[in-house]
Amino acid sequence: MNSAAFFFIAVLTLSAAVAAACLRQLVHAALSFAVALVGVAAFYFLLGAEFVGLVQVFVYVGAVAVLIVFTILLTRHGTDENRGFNWSGVVIALAVLAALLWAIMRTPALYVAAQPGVTVTVRQIGEALMSDYVWPLQCVGLLLTAALIGALVLVLEEKR
Amino acid sequence: MVTLGDYLFVSGLLFTLGFAGVLLRRNLIIIFMSLELMLNAANLSLVAFSRFRTNSLGQPNYDGQVFVFFIITVAAAEVAVGLAIIVALYRARRTTHVEDINSLKF
Repeated sequence: MNSAAFFFIAVLTLSAAVAAACLRQLVHAALSFAVALVGVAAFYFLLGAEFVGLVQVFVYVGAVAVLIVFTILLTRHGTDENRGFNWSGVVIALAVLAALLWAIMRTPALYVAAQPGVTVTVRQIGEALMSDYVWPLQCVGLLLTAALIGALVLVLEEKR
Repeated sequence: MVTLGDYLFVSGLLFTLGFAGVLLRRNLIIIFMSLELMLNAANLSLVAFSRFRTNSLGQPNYDGQVFVFFIITVAAAEVAVGLAIIVALYRARRTTHVEDINSLKF
């Protein structure tokens, strides 16, 4: 059951990621990107990380994917890219994949199976955020405010 | 039984797909989406590490999940600023193609 779910989600996520990286039509690529994000969120739920899975759905699928679709609509123009293919990029990507697989194969705890039925509750994460991680949380709040103001200033600048 | 290695393998494949997208595509928005895929691959391996590393009581170590929460927040800020830059660039240059934006190229 668990293995079947893992296999299904892995195939869904990876094929959606391939489509997002390869499709010519920008809107189709953005929709495949959203599907890949949903697949990653499903992985989080499968791993018992319910809070992170919900955050992934809210932030990535709810906000980031919609923002990307908005940007595509704002910057739409007819031409697509047919300006040759960069074969050295393929070689570099394959080299990175080989390095990653080499590093994964050297992981000591590679064949650890999961303990059944342990999930991290939202309560535990909330207590950790409010005790051990309270300063990073404040810094992230400041960063988000700065990013919000920065994005507004960047986009509004033309209208002066 | 699904082991830690399976999750790391999927995460590595996802990272490579995002990396290939950044290297091979010429559209800024596609490059941006591929960047987000790479961030998601790193997050996936962090959550997998958090799940498979249990303490003596059988509880998972949730520091990894807190870390993923912070990464998602910073990525959201990055998306807001990055997409605003893309929109401003499109207004100035009428293109989102990286090869048309080469003023700084030596």
